[in-house]
Amino acid sequence: MDDLSFEAPTGEITVLVGPSGCGKTTSLRMINRMIDASEGRILLDGVPVQGIDPPTLRRGIGYVIQQAGLFPHRKIVDNVATVPYLLGWDRKKARTRAMELLERVGLDPALAGRYPFQLSGGQQQRVGVARALAADPPVLLMDEPFSAVDPIVRTSLQDELLRLQSELNKTIVFVTHDIDEAIKLGDRVAVLRVGGRLAQLAEPKTLLAEPADDFVREFLGHDRGIRRLQFVSTAGLRLRTDLTAPEGFSGDSPEPWLLVVDGEGRPVGWRSAARPGELEPYGTFVPGRDSMRAALDAALLSPSGCSVAVDEQGRVVGVATRNALDLALAEAADG
Amino acid sequence: MGDGPPSLWEWFGRNWDTGRADSIRNLLTDHITMSVVPIVLALVVALPLGLACARWRWLYQPTSGLMNVVYALPSLPVFMLMISVTGLSQTTVIVPLAFYGAAVLIPAVVDGLDAVPDHVRQSAVAMGFTPLRRLLAVELPLAAPVVLAGLRVVAVSSISLVSVGALIGQGGLGGLFTRAYQNPFMPPVIVGIALIIALALIADALLVLAQRLLTPWVRARKGTS
Amino acid sequence: MSWVEAFLNWLVQFFGDPANWTGPDGIPTRLLEHLQFSALALVLAALVAVPLGLAIGHTGRGEVLVVVTANLARALPTLGLLVMFVLLLGASSIWPVIIPLVLLAIPPILVNTYEGIRGVDPDLRDAAYGMGLRGGQVLGRVLVPVALPLILLGCRLSAIQVVATTTVAAYTGLGGLGRYVIDGFATQDYASVVGGSVLIVLFALFVQFGFALAQRVTVSPGVSRRLKVR
Repeated sequence: MDDLSFEAPTGEITVLVGPSGCGKTTSLRMINRMIDASEGRILLDGVPVQGIDPPTLRRGIGYVIQQAGLFPHRKIVDNVATVPYLLGWDRKKARTRAMELLERVGLDPALAGRYPFQLSGGQQQRVGVARALAADPPVLLMDEPFSAVDPIVRTSLQDELLRLQSELNKTIVFVTHDIDEAIKLGDRVAVLRVGGRLAQLAEPKTLLAEPADDFVREFLGHDRGIRRLQFVSTAGLRLRTDLTAPEGFSGDSPEPWLLVVDGEGRPVGWRSAARPGELEPYGTFVPGRDSMRAALDAALLSPSGCSVAVDEQGRVVGVATRNALDLALAEAADG
Repeated sequence: MGDGPPSLWEWFGRNWDTGRADSIRNLLTDHITMSVVPIVLALVVALPLGLACARWRWLYQPTSGLMNVVYALPSLPVFMLMISVTGLSQTTVIVPLAFYGAAVLIPAVVDGLDAVPDHVRQSAVAMGFTPLRRLLAVELPLAAPVVLAGLRVVAVSSISLVSVGALIGQGGLGGLFTRAYQNPFMPPVIVGIALIIALALIADALLVLAQRLLTPWVRARKGTS
Repeated sequence: MSWVEAFLNWLVQFFGDPANWTGPDGIPTRLLEHLQFSALALVLAALVAVPLGLAIGHTGRGEVLVVVTANLARALPTLGLLVMFVLLLGASSIWPVIIPLVLLAIPPILVNTYEGIRGVDPDLRDAAYGMGLRGGQVLGRVLVPVALPLILLGCRLSAIQVVATTTVAAYTGLGGLGRYVIDGFATQDYASVVGGSVLIVLFALFVQFGFALAQRVTVSPGVSRRLKVR
């Protein structure tokens, strides 16, 4: 570890990311004194952690690790209530709190009486998160919590974490080796290089747009430009509303492509002027909610080159043509 | 006889080869026979039984239950009960020791075969090994380290257990202990314990050597990591 | 099968003799003695070996001691050790015999306790410290419950050893069921030898069964995985 200095702002997710051997886990473990820093200081709310008795310090900081680390000899509910028990809460209150948290992390309360080995990896990891939140600590440390589960479960755990964070606003320090996970979860991302030096600390979109050096650029990998688009809003995208036609329409149009819409306003397919008898596939996005990346992806899915803007109920609100997308992309490229 | 009790070395030298059946040399030979035979028997019994248990899983539960019971039987009463079948012979000690050995080795064989990675087994199948070839050329060699570890335990404990046989007059070097107790005299005890420990160490060293020769890849892997 | 007949005759003779059921040489007395000596040796051994194994496993200091005792203990001839202690200390009390019993009972408990603690998943240890458990709490609330199956296995192996060695110790004058076997053999009273042997075997199996029961009662179902997965 060499001259690493960063700040994890209150209520935000700060992600430490880097190749193995970059000291990201070590840095994380210095915060709750699982490892003591030989030099330098770590401040928690302005108080140096080196001055706090480690167990006391750790009871006030949630800690989630890769394999969940659940106690195999205790039922799920008692696993979640571990820190409340340590803090001397009465049993009933601790268990009530544990049940509340199980629900909060999306677990069936019926699992409370099971033992860890009876749960799937993804469920165990949710219990791990619930356990870390049990005593309502303001700070959470998460050490590669989702890297041992399969990609589908991982995605759902990530979404769950973002949803939880929007409710709880914890100060989270999250360690991962997966740059995509870092970009998805982080309010700010710290890229570390081997030896524990900070290569760049920035918001994800800044990271993608302006990597500080070759190391960061390489670490970010392929498709940096495309991935950046996920931080560009589609709210300002110019939509045309004159390119739709009702089902059964058989007239002529000056436009080469028309979007056929059913009676409830939902898209059916693209009708080409060249072959009016067949309907071609279409792609949709929700303006304002989905990113420019989704809008562009929707356009690429259709031979028309246009993407269909729909509302949350799936009704067509307009069409983003290639021109409109071009314009938006040009703006995005300018920063 | 000199003045006072003889020293350890003196006593050893005088009793090493008296020509009688209870000379240290003869006791040592008996001891080696009575411990090596059960070790070999245990292996001969445990290999096929272990293979069968690994092949037909339903066999394992009852077999290991039975072996647990066998292992828990105290040696002296078992020797005594054997007398009514085999008389006061070396067999009376050898047969129970072989059973104790098998009780340790059968689980070792099963564990060893379980430790063969499934991808290795699968690729052997895919390359067209017949079941027997696969067993001999792939599975047994890979199971060997675990089996040999079990064999080391069996060898050392058999060597020390033989001495209990002295209480029925068939204990190899254990005879030195009963002799020492009958006419209270320390040197035979010391010599007996020392020789038994030495035998155990030699047997263990030989098995470690066998392990290195039979499974060279185990050491090579350790060297690189 | 003549030996089966002879065997059964001896059993009937031994268990049918009312004199064998009373007095200082009666079966109840000898059984109780065997239980007392075995239990005493086992408890003393556990009092030494469990804390030592926990300490070495938890701190990682003194591992050499475990390896050496584990290897040496198996090679030590029990009869030799018993005779040596009796010759050294005389046979005035039971202690010259109990001491080697304890010494022989220590290694299995020590080794298995140590292995049990060492074998606990490092992630579990990490999680326990990370949540703010203190060293003693990590040991008592997490490591011991998780390592309990191995600790009990060690105790069970020691109990097997102690019951067997208590029998052998009858040779050096200790009471217990071994008396029937040793004295019967010396006087060619085979009814006594066979009856005593059967009693000892039953006793050993009973002890084995007792430990299996203790394991079921004390080990968390989450550790033994006795329940269905889902």
